[in-house]
Amino acid sequence: MVRAVRADELAPSTGAWQVEATGLRVKAGSRLAVDGLDLTLGPGVHGLLGPNGAGKTTLMRALGTVIRPKGGRLHLLGRDVTDRRSLRAVRARLGYLPQMFGFYPKFTVRDYVEYMAWLREMPAAAVPAAAQRAVDRVGLTDRADSRLKSLSGGMVRRVGIAQAIVNEPDLLLLDEPTVGLDPEQRVEFRELLRDLGDTSCVLVSTHLVEDVVAACGDVLLVDQGRLVFRGVPADLARLGAHDGAGDSAAERGYSVLLRDHRSAA
Amino acid sequence: MTAHVPAATLTAYASGDLGADDAMAWPVEAHLENCPRCQDRLAELVTGPVQEILAVARTAVLAESRSGPRPARRRRLRRLSYRWLSPSVIPWALVTLIAVAAAFLLDEAFSARSSVVLLLAPVAPLSGLAVAWSRRWDPAWETVSGTARAGLDLLLRRTVVILLTVLPLLAVVGWRVGANPALWLLPCLTFTAAALLLGGLIGVSRAAALIGAAWMLAVALPALVMVRLPVLVQPESLRGWAVAAVALAGLVVLRAGDHRQHAGRN
Repeated sequence: MVRAVRADELAPSTGAWQVEATGLRVKAGSRLAVDGLDLTLGPGVHGLLGPNGAGKTTLMRALGTVIRPKGGRLHLLGRDVTDRRSLRAVRARLGYLPQMFGFYPKFTVRDYVEYMAWLREMPAAAVPAAAQRAVDRVGLTDRADSRLKSLSGGMVRRVGIAQAIVNEPDLLLLDEPTVGLDPEQRVEFRELLRDLGDTSCVLVSTHLVEDVVAACGDVLLVDQGRLVFRGVPADLARLGAHDGAGDSAAERGYSVLLRDHRSAA
Repeated sequence: MTAHVPAATLTAYASGDLGADDAMAWPVEAHLENCPRCQDRLAELVTGPVQEILAVARTAVLAESRSGPRPARRRRLRRLSYRWLSPSVIPWALVTLIAVAAAFLLDEAFSARSSVVLLLAPVAPLSGLAVAWSRRWDPAWETVSGTARAGLDLLLRRTVVILLTVLPLLAVVGWRVGANPALWLLPCLTFTAAALLLGGLIGVSRAAALIGAAWMLAVALPALVMVRLPVLVQPESLRGWAVAAVALAGLVVLRAGDHRQHAGRN
């Protein structure tokens, strides 16, 4: 006998976009740092650029479900995160490296990464292997059992990246991940980013235009809490070919974009 | 597998009489791959040179497995401690221990005065709750608070540990000063539940500080100054405490979802 199929059985279980924000408003302290931002992000590596105080970190914190938006609509991985009941399921598939990456100095690298994997509710049997893999991927294999307080700033940053990718997240948020990394590590990190972007949605907030050009599939520019430009890295180079201030074509393109936006506003 | 390799065929295979191009060889090998019993029979049949090759291969495999990296040590106690304790648990435990001990000594020294232990009991777990899930006391708060277990799960685990520390401490001290156990237990649980409930709205640290200060200023301080045990810590009010504890605990369960995301300004 043929069974009737209900409409909700055919509905997609996840949204088309990993991040879907409409009219998003988020407060940082008493100031509205993100004010009416519209954004949709799919798989790939997205670079988030903007001047200091543009609302990049506040946006990252809202996407990381650390703070609640004051208004607007925010769907992550197909679920409405302004509804507290859906937070747990979304957070298990989320990876987040905050700008201020605090840590417990007495933990070893492995302890910390395993702890974060446990907090993200990975199955207990999968945690040790996943932690080892994450530590390997950021190049800290030989320091895996060192305490965090004995590591240099760049290494701590890499531990931060390792904890963010340990659960193979579908949505990965990295806030200033390249701070403190030496040039060689930055090249390796870009390689890792491209690798991660194949399967998941990666949002990298940075003010290093060269990182965005080298590793990101598209560029987002925010200013005063709004998305003011979206394009591909080549657009930056094209805009900066003959105009603007900066040392490379992409940097000049960035300054041209910002200037044009401000003069229009 | 029902049919095993006949003995004669297996002997022929072991001695090499059944060549690689023989049509009989491949069903024998296909069977051997999955049948431990025939593998054992074959092992008994193989001749000298093959056994030597096997011995060399075995030594090499074992050497390889020993020279790889050592597996990381499992530290169960450590893992248990970071899953259940808040990171700043030691300063808190010391403060609580000293406060309870001081209250006990005061009671011993001035037994005519109102019982300091009973006045302190309701607020004893609050200092622990204040540091249990707090941005200021947890260096990795920002990283941790965006994870699935953040808020509710961690907070409840840490609350359990706090109560497991505070209650035995109060039990010992209460027994020594001869107080009715319900007189310290019920207020203690009521205040814990109240701090968790209010904490869902304004943050647990702030709630614990607010409730603790209110009790100290409104009840404990006047009682110490007037040298009279207030009615709130007398047996007459036990019924009220019991009702409050049960009601607040129920509300905490109902409002548990409040703790999923940090309340108040960040």
